[in-house]
Amino acid sequence: MALNIGCTARPGKSRSNRTGAWRVFRPVFKHDKCTKCGICALVCPEGCVEEREDEFYQVNYEFCKGCALCAEECPAEDIEMEQEGK
Amino acid sequence: MMQFMEGSYAVADAVRLCRPQVVSAYPITPQTHIVEALADMVANCTLDAEYITVESEFSALSACIGASAAGSRVYSATTSQGLALMFEVCFNVAGMRLPIVMTIVNRALSAPLSIWNDQQDSISLRDSGWMQLYAEDNQEATDLHYLAYRVAEDHQILLPIFVCFDGFILSHTYEPVETLTQEQADAYVPAFSPYAKLDPADPISFGMFASPDYYMEFRYEMDRAMDRAKERIVQAGKEFGKQFGRDYSGLIEGYRLDDAETAFVAMGSVCGTVKDAIDEMRAQGRKVGLLRIRCYRPFPGQEIVKALQGVQRVAVLDKNISLGSKGAVGLEVKDALYGSGISVFDYIVGLGGRDMKKSDIAAIAAMAEKGQGDQFYGLRQEVLR
Repeated sequence: MALNIGCTARPGKSRSNRTGAWRVFRPVFKHDKCTKCGICALVCPEGCVEEREDEFYQVNYEFCKGCALCAEECPAEDIEMEQEGK
Repeated sequence: MMQFMEGSYAVADAVRLCRPQVVSAYPITPQTHIVEALADMVANCTLDAEYITVESEFSALSACIGASAAGSRVYSATTSQGLALMFEVCFNVAGMRLPIVMTIVNRALSAPLSIWNDQQDSISLRDSGWMQLYAEDNQEATDLHYLAYRVAEDHQILLPIFVCFDGFILSHTYEPVETLTQEQADAYVPAFSPYAKLDPADPISFGMFASPDYYMEFRYEMDRAMDRAKERIVQAGKEFGKQFGRDYSGLIEGYRLDDAETAFVAMGSVCGTVKDAIDEMRAQGRKVGLLRIRCYRPFPGQEIVKALQGVQRVAVLDKNISLGSKGAVGLEVKDALYGSGISVFDYIVGLGGRDMKKSDIAAIAAMAEKGQGDQFYGLRQEVLR
């Protein structure tokens, strides 16, 4: 898609602006010690942690910036931060 | 109709005929007469525009951004410190591709405070994405405003533009000026058709965030638009000549260059003095000529190379100085002529209102012939430490 002249944008820009490329470390949800408490989804500043049908949580890597708040706050220490590879 | 007018009032009259819908400006010497004349016109209902009074130049140009983004034809004017205060806003106007026309009444920058003329103010905004035209006299200063709107608002260009003319030397000087009628102006400057505009029914934002994945491409597109502007300015200048008899089709203008060995390069009102000096030197058999730059942004590098191909040396008169380096015009002329074998000498002249006389031009020609250059000209040695 060609650039909009003057960098104009319609509402909803933050959804079309995928911030996943900012990430240096990615949170990996092990679903091993997870108690399904949902604190990860609660603290995520991007709102990109979602509850699945089986009540476990997953990250939308299109938007996750890798801030690691979820991993820091997880009481069960079920989330690990792994460096993004090249 | 030929009228005897002060430069500022002639410009204000031309702006009125361009039918701006919004004017926002903050008064500053030597720009004041232009904006006070426009304020009078709005108050007297001879100009149907919104005149937004503001508390600073930063706000003036910011108001212009909003008005232009909302789909209005917009005008502002400033100089020196006022333009410096607009620095940030200038880059935003260009990046949002808003075709604002702004008159720069060229004046020196503080400190020390000087209200007098040089071209440091607009030259310091050379990287901002605004096109820049420089007028030699008041007739040209008025005419270039019509051309400015026509080029800036072209959907292939969409870049803002400075129309620069020298403070006091032109702005406060009375000269005969041929003015257009409203019908003539309307025939040359079509009604504004915004490329994109703010509309509550179909909301957009201007100048949004660009990640590292896109920023460079935005800048590249602006540079390409600058490149296209060269051709559009030539076309618009030619069309102006066709309609009104005064041709502005050249990004540059040559004066007695044909067999010249020494060529001056300059911008603005000093060119009138240079032409007179050239006539006197020619009468003494000295082969000198002038290349006047009318359009500084986009910079007409190739056109300069072509026009100067027969000369032996070039003397650039710079009414500005990039402190710690050289004059801005000199640097770019050197760049354009790199590898040509032509010697290019840069002279810093006329800063802060220092007069340039015919004898100064002759002295500079003699210096260039001796290979002396890349220096300030006319310094008062007795006051230097």
